[in-house]
Amino acid sequence: MKTLKSLSALALTGALTLSAAAVSAETIKIGVSYPTPTHAWAAGMNWHAEQAEKRLEALYPDIDLILINSPDPNAQASALEDLVSVHKIDALVVLPFESEPLTDPVLNVKKTGALITVVDRGLSQPGIEDIYVAGNNPELGRVSAVYMKGRLKSGDNIVVLRGIPTIIDNERFDAFMAEMEGTGINILDHKHANWNRDDGFEVMQDFLSRFPDIDAVWAQDDDIAIGVVAALKQAGRDGDGMFVVGGAGMKETIKAIMDGNTLVPVDVLYPPSMIATAMDVTVAAFKSNGPVAGRYILGATLITQENAASFYFPDSPF
Amino acid sequence: MSDVTAETTPKDKRMRFDIKTAGPAIALTLLCIIGFLLNPAFLSEGNLTNLLTRSAFIGIIAVGATFVITAGGIDLSVGSMAAAIAGVMIIIMNAAMETMGPGLATVLLGGGCSILLGLGAGWINGVLTTKGKIEAFIVTLGTMGIYRSLVTYFADGGTLSLDFAIRGTYRPVYYGSVLGLPAPVWVFIAVSICGWLLMNRTAFGRYCTAIGSNESVARYSAIKVDRIKTLTYVIQGLCVSLATIIYVPRLGSASASTGVMWELEAIAAVIIGGTVLKGGYGRIGGTILGALILTTIGNILNFTDLISNYLNGTMQGLIIIIAVWLQRGDWGKAKASKS
Repeated sequence: MKTLKSLSALALTGALTLSAAAVSAETIKIGVSYPTPTHAWAAGMNWHAEQAEKRLEALYPDIDLILINSPDPNAQASALEDLVSVHKIDALVVLPFESEPLTDPVLNVKKTGALITVVDRGLSQPGIEDIYVAGNNPELGRVSAVYMKGRLKSGDNIVVLRGIPTIIDNERFDAFMAEMEGTGINILDHKHANWNRDDGFEVMQDFLSRFPDIDAVWAQDDDIAIGVVAALKQAGRDGDGMFVVGGAGMKETIKAIMDGNTLVPVDVLYPPSMIATAMDVTVAAFKSNGPVAGRYILGATLITQENAASFYFPDSPF
Repeated sequence: MSDVTAETTPKDKRMRFDIKTAGPAIALTLLCIIGFLLNPAFLSEGNLTNLLTRSAFIGIIAVGATFVITAGGIDLSVGSMAAAIAGVMIIIMNAAMETMGPGLATVLLGGGCSILLGLGAGWINGVLTTKGKIEAFIVTLGTMGIYRSLVTYFADGGTLSLDFAIRGTYRPVYYGSVLGLPAPVWVFIAVSICGWLLMNRTAFGRYCTAIGSNESVARYSAIKVDRIKTLTYVIQGLCVSLATIIYVPRLGSASASTGVMWELEAIAAVIIGGTVLKGGYGRIGGTILGALILTTIGNILNFTDLISNYLNGTMQGLIIIIAVWLQRGDWGKAKASKS
C-alpha cells in the first residue's frame, strides 16, 4: 500500500515537472535572489525589485520573474538550487549574501546554461557572471570629499562617522581620505557608528564633548546622519554653517533636501534600486538587439536640491 | 554555590561582602580616572550628563533583569521587546494623531500602551516558563525572534517614524531636564530606588533569592514559586516599557536595528554588578554600577584614538572580565573558604 502511494506520488511529480518544462519552453524564466530585508536599505531594494517585476512582466508577457529572498547564505544556496530544479530558470539575478559561500552555488546555476547577473557584492572567483551591476563605494567617498572640500577652507575641522567595519566601509573611507589629502582640512577623528541611528547619536555626542570646534561632519550614511543631526541639535551646535553629508538616498533625507534643508544640504547616492537596473539589463539580454554583457558601475550621484526630485520614491520603505 | 555556603560563616561573609561591594565601584572609579587622563573633557558636565542619560536605557532594563536572574531565570528577549514596543507605540501615536491631535493626551496614550505591552510581554515569558515548563532560555530565545521579526514586519523592513508634530510634545521626556539632571536620569534613579527596596526590604525580594538558590526548598517552604517567577518577568517587562518610553523621543524612530544586543548588555551589567548568573544572589546597586561601567567603556573609546577602532570589542571584553574578576577573585585566601 505504502509503496503504491509513493509510486503514484512519484508519477505525479514526474508529470508536474514535465508540464512545467513544457511551459518554460515558451516563457523566459528569470530567478531573482537576494537577502531577506532586515534593514531599511534592503527593504528599499525589495520594494524596487517588486516594482520592476510588475513593470517588466506587464511589458513582456513571455517574461516570468521569480523573486526569492533568503535569511542567510545557506538558505540562499538552497534557493538557488530550487530555482534551477523547480523553476528551470533561463537567467539568474543574484545579490549574494556573502561572496565566498555563494560562489559555488552560483557556478552550479551557470553550468545549467543560465545567464548570470551579479548585483552589488561580487563573487570570489572572476568570470562567473555575464553581467555585473553595482554601486560605486570608492566613488561615494570621493564625491562626498569633493563636496565637503568645496565648502570648507584650509584649517577647518571635520569628524567622520564610519559604518560597520567591512570592505565596503574601507573603500568609502579610503577614497574619502585620499581626496581630502593636501587640502589642509583637519580630520579630527573617525569612529564606527555601524550604519545605525543610535550609534550615530552617541558617537556624535562624544565627538561634540571632545572637540569644541567642528565645522562639518561626514556621516557616510543617511541613518547615521539622522543620529548626528539629533546630537547636533541637542548640543545647540547645528548653526554657524555646520553641515552633515550622509549617503545612500533615504526618502526622508531626499525629501528634506528637496525642501531646502541647510544642515543636510546634499546626499550621495548608493541606490537600493540597483536591483531593478540589474533586472532590466538581464531582460534586455533576451529582448534587446544590442549586446548587454559587461560591467555596469552606477554613478555615486551627488543629490542636491535641483536634482532631488528624480531620486524621490515616496512609496518605498527606504 | 560557594557564595551561598560562604555566607553561613559570619567572618567570611564580611570579607566577601566587602570585595563584592567594592569591585564594581573600584572598576568604575578606575575607568573614570583613565578617561580623565586621556582627555580632561571626559569629566565635563556635558559629557557626564550624556553618560548618565545613555546609561538609563540599559540601566533600567538591567534592574528588571536583576530580579529575573536572581530568581534563577534569564530573559533574552528584552532588546527585541523594546524594539517591538517602540514600534507599536509609534504606530498607535501616529494613528491617534488624527483624532486626538499632537498633544499630551496622545503621548500619554502611547506611554500607557507601552506599559500594557511590557507587562503583557513579560507575563507571556513568565507563564511559558513556569506553567509551560519550558526553560527560560528557550522561551525568551523564541520571543526574542518573534518580537524582532514583528518590528521588521510593522516597519515593512524599513523604519517607523514618529510624526513630527508629536515629537514636539514628546521631546522633553528625553531632552528635558529637571533640577539640572536630564529626565531619563530621574526615571533611572526612581526605578533604581524602587528596585532596591523591592529586592532588599520586601518578602518578594527574599523569595526571589530563595527560589534562585534552591527552587525545591523554596517550594517546600510554601513559597508560591510559579507566581513569584512569573512576577519577575512581569517586572522585567515593565522595566523594558519604561526604558522604551524614554527611548522613543530620542530619535523618534524604531527599526529592526533598535535595541540590538540590549539583552546581552543588560545581562552583562547585572553580572558585573555582582549578581550571580545562576541565581540566588542579587544586587541592585551593583547592577546600576554595572550599567554605568558598560556605557563608560564605550564613551572612553570614543574619546581616544590611541586604540584601533577594530579593537573596541576587545577592550570591552577585557574590562568586563576584569570587573567581574575584581569581585570573584579569591585574593589568595580562597582555599579555606571554598567549600
